[in-house]
Amino acid sequence: MIATPSNRSDSARLVTPAMLVLWLVLATVPLWIARVGLYPYLGIEILIWSLYALAFNLVLGTAGLPSFGHGAYFGIGAYAFGLCQFNVVANLWVCLIAAFVVAALAGAVVALFISHRRGIYYAFMTIAFGQIFWTLAIKSHKVTGGEDGLLKIARLPADFGVASFDLADNIAFYYFVLIVFALAVIGLWRLVHSPYGRVIAAIKQSETRAAHLGYHVWLHKASIFTLSAAISGFAGGLFAMAQLAAFPDVMSLHQSGYVVMMTLVGGGLVSFWGPVVGVFLFLIARDVIGALTNAWMLYFGLLFIAIVLFRPEGVAGAVAAMFEKHSAIRRQGHSAMRLLFGGGRWR
Amino acid sequence: MALIEVAGVHVRFGDRVVLESIDLAVPEGEFHGLMGPNGAGKTTFFNVLTGRVKPSRGSIRLDGEDVTGLSSHRIAAKGVARSFQIMTLFDDFSARDNVMVGLPEFRARGFDMRHAVAADQGFAETASEVLMTVGLADKRDVRAKDLSYGDRRALEIAVALGQRPRVLCLDEPTSGLGTDGVQRLATLVGKLKGKLTIVAIEHDMEFLFSLADRISVIHWGQVVARGAPDELQQNEWVKRSNLGRFA
Repeated sequence: MIATPSNRSDSARLVTPAMLVLWLVLATVPLWIARVGLYPYLGIEILIWSLYALAFNLVLGTAGLPSFGHGAYFGIGAYAFGLCQFNVVANLWVCLIAAFVVAALAGAVVALFISHRRGIYYAFMTIAFGQIFWTLAIKSHKVTGGEDGLLKIARLPADFGVASFDLADNIAFYYFVLIVFALAVIGLWRLVHSPYGRVIAAIKQSETRAAHLGYHVWLHKASIFTLSAAISGFAGGLFAMAQLAAFPDVMSLHQSGYVVMMTLVGGGLVSFWGPVVGVFLFLIARDVIGALTNAWMLYFGLLFIAIVLFRPEGVAGAVAAMFEKHSAIRRQGHSAMRLLFGGGRWR
Repeated sequence: MALIEVAGVHVRFGDRVVLESIDLAVPEGEFHGLMGPNGAGKTTFFNVLTGRVKPSRGSIRLDGEDVTGLSSHRIAAKGVARSFQIMTLFDDFSARDNVMVGLPEFRARGFDMRHAVAADQGFAETASEVLMTVGLADKRDVRAKDLSYGDRRALEIAVALGQRPRVLCLDEPTSGLGTDGVQRLATLVGKLKGKLTIVAIEHDMEFLFSLADRISVIHWGQVVARGAPDELQQNEWVKRSNLGRFA
């Protein structure tokens, strides 16, 4: 694949046309979601899981590190948010920072042990640590509420000093999460296209070469894992607000598997936007197919198998390939696709 | 004082001795060749020199500084660059990005998350200049995996040159190249000779004997002969082993 000047300039932008279009579409969701038979809370879930999946994709897609226990950090963030609210201070910003920091600490501890590993050993270590955190969440009844979870978490108001916004209503909370999501997307986009992101992508392709170019591979791997865990925890904090509770279930192995499926189906390995596409497909499938049959996961599983077999680059990869073909035909054109994705590789 | 001083380096993997009391002194600007049969320990010696393998005993000094046992990234940061016998490139990156990531100024910003790479044209321009020196300027936007074998070999060297090293270690750079490719590489290395300290493992005797200032012959993990190409051709061991027979 050949890099074009247009996609290079896109990667230099803080806000891209694709982001603007996505945010505009998402901003209209509360206006029409009920009319298509869905509900506003689904929009909140999609945004939070998208943020979580984008954070997860820092590890899986950008760094090429197979982490299969990432639900642990999402859950730790949720618990940290609730526990901070109950035991420290009931302030939205402090509790969200707590979710970020506690998940980062947990991620950093795990990163210490796994960052010198690769491949299957790395994957197994992430699963093992994920299971440890999940078990701790279930067994620590006095702290986490055990299997019953941490209940009665409040949606704290967004207090800006001069003005305070109540987030108890789903629509208000949706727009709050959308703003957070937009800011996170800007940050992650910049991170992926920064020198740090480029080094992480280089390490993904060859740790040996990166080390011989003078990069501390272990430190880079540990840092991206920690950062990913921190942002996952932040998303978990938002999820605790959304659910008004924190449950150990999100930390379980099968829930960790969901974010892997979302990311791979969407095309996180080839596209920045892949995880968002995957989350959208997964949650819509859950609700739409789930309304018809309890076995919705069977059908999504079949979709997952089909994608792995026939389009391992995921939905976003397939769209990118289609666009490349389109782009080759209309090299000189100014199609809407070109405007959105800037040509060629749209990561 | 030599730029590279290796004294009594010994490497063993389990109960197998791979390198035994290797001594080597390479003055600044010298092209030093390493030759020997397969399995002699040449690549292991390279791995020791570049921090990939820690020696069981012995010392390595770079410009007087003890670098024994330092990890690869620290040795690389001190100005030792290498190419690999089995090509090790960032296959999904363009040729330019491969070189760019190796630039010292890029490495200095290895934890910079705030600025976009594409916003700094200096990286791309410097990388393009390096690619020009190896004849890949017109292929700078082609992904490494889409380059021809010969171009990939050239890119390996470009990546190492991008590091602006003091010592360039080339592990069988002509491996798999045709006559034209070897000639092109010889021309390139000839231009670098004298400007850089080069240590090269090579099986192509014509290539090595025409370019090297001195050559060390390694066999069974030991240096069995050393000298200028002309001297080596008179060496009894080299004559018996057929290693220098072409000349």
